[in-house]
Amino acid sequence: MKMLTLAQRNVREILRDPLNLAFGLGFPVVLLLLLSAIQANVPVSLFEIDSLTPGVTVFGLSFMTLFSATILSKDRGSSLLQRLYTTPLSGRDYIFAYTLPILPISVAQCVICYLLALLLGLKPTVNILFAVLLILPVSLLFIGLGLLCGSLFTDKQVGGICGALLTNLTAWLSGTWFDLNLVGGVFKKIAYLLPFVHDVEMERAALSGRFSEILPHLWCVLAYAVLVLTSAVFCFLRQMKKQ
Amino acid sequence: MEAIKTVSLTKRYSDVLAVDSLNLSVEQGELFALLGVNGAGKTTTIKMLSGLTMPTEGDAFLNGKSVISEPDEVKRLIAVSPQETAVAPGLSVKENLELMAGVHGLSRAGRDEKVRDLSERLGLEKVMNKKAGKLSGGWQRRLSIGMALVSEPQILFLDEPTLGLDVIARSDLWDLIRTLKGKITVILTTHYMEEAEALSDRVAIMKDGKMLTCATVDEIKEKTGANTLEAAFIRIVKGETK
Repeated sequence: MKMLTLAQRNVREILRDPLNLAFGLGFPVVLLLLLSAIQANVPVSLFEIDSLTPGVTVFGLSFMTLFSATILSKDRGSSLLQRLYTTPLSGRDYIFAYTLPILPISVAQCVICYLLALLLGLKPTVNILFAVLLILPVSLLFIGLGLLCGSLFTDKQVGGICGALLTNLTAWLSGTWFDLNLVGGVFKKIAYLLPFVHDVEMERAALSGRFSEILPHLWCVLAYAVLVLTSAVFCFLRQMKKQ
Repeated sequence: MEAIKTVSLTKRYSDVLAVDSLNLSVEQGELFALLGVNGAGKTTTIKMLSGLTMPTEGDAFLNGKSVISEPDEVKRLIAVSPQETAVAPGLSVKENLELMAGVHGLSRAGRDEKVRDLSERLGLEKVMNKKAGKLSGGWQRRLSIGMALVSEPQILFLDEPTLGLDVIARSDLWDLIRTLKGKITVILTTHYMEEAEALSDRVAIMKDGKMLTCATVDEIKEKTGANTLEAAFIRIVKGETK
């Protein structure tokens, strides 16, 4: 109950910020519309909707990292967290209250992208449900990154690191906008060491019904999610003690 | 009866001694001011007393409960209004009060009653539906104190509650703080000497983590031969007392 009160407050703070709505929900929608329009006017297969949509749903999650990191770093900066540390809330309450509320927002963003994709010509199959379901571990990874950054950095630093660096890393190293084989070499190797391309390929495999291809990517996504969330919890509790 | 007693309370950050073997005693219902220049150790003292940071040495007892061995018990006794306003900017005044009531585990009915009561006591009725982030500094400070009072603390820590406020907003907040006197124990840190003089029962002056003196304002003025607390403070901090 106590945790839910803080979680509810976090949802309100996020959803009442028009910039959050514009970037979190509006930007992926604009990308889908824009890139689909480009695809309709070029003779080669660049941004086919069944390949583009999973990429955009993953790219959109980089904004969840930004939301998660911003609200946490602002609460640290404004001393609201300091005030809350003197209340009966436990360390576990804080972790859940800053993580769980962003999960339904992530799923909503994903569902909106798929609904739009259906309007843009995506074939309606049950595989869309699997793709939406598999966005959950990916969301946990991105929310964990936010919790980690929010525990370590100020809100200004978070703007640069999550707003600029992470969104670009997600964009370039996920294979959403271009086939990584086109670049190859070290770039491709680095991309496959990071989780972003695995997120996108897992989503694409689920959407196209290639279920045997999901597991290798899922393990990688889960491993990164566990690593990032564990680090985030450690850093959060450490800064809580450092108060 | 003692509300707060510290025993050689010490805080060291690597090579900086922020609070050095502090021994003080505050009676229940007293309004006690901690004065000192920047870096004197006031905020660190409050952080240790409120369980936000652990002492390196020594201990502090709040209504007999140790901040080291009984931190959860201490949490139930206290509330803090930090130096920054520490409000949730995207929530309304009412929602901020409800947030604090919720994290303290009040039921829906108890929450509504508490919010109604505090809005009347603190004169927050006309801003209840305004977003906290859009309020003036004075109103935000008032809300900050209101949020601290939600849990009905026995000991309230006010860390520079009127910092950056204009004369009228400060005067209004002083009136609010005066209403708390005698009912709960209030520990106030401030840079404003006139604030300490107007509100406090007793004053402690700190420098470099050490407590230089602890007495009533009149006693301090008499001891230093100064006409004002500000003049007395300067003499004590500069070591010009006999």
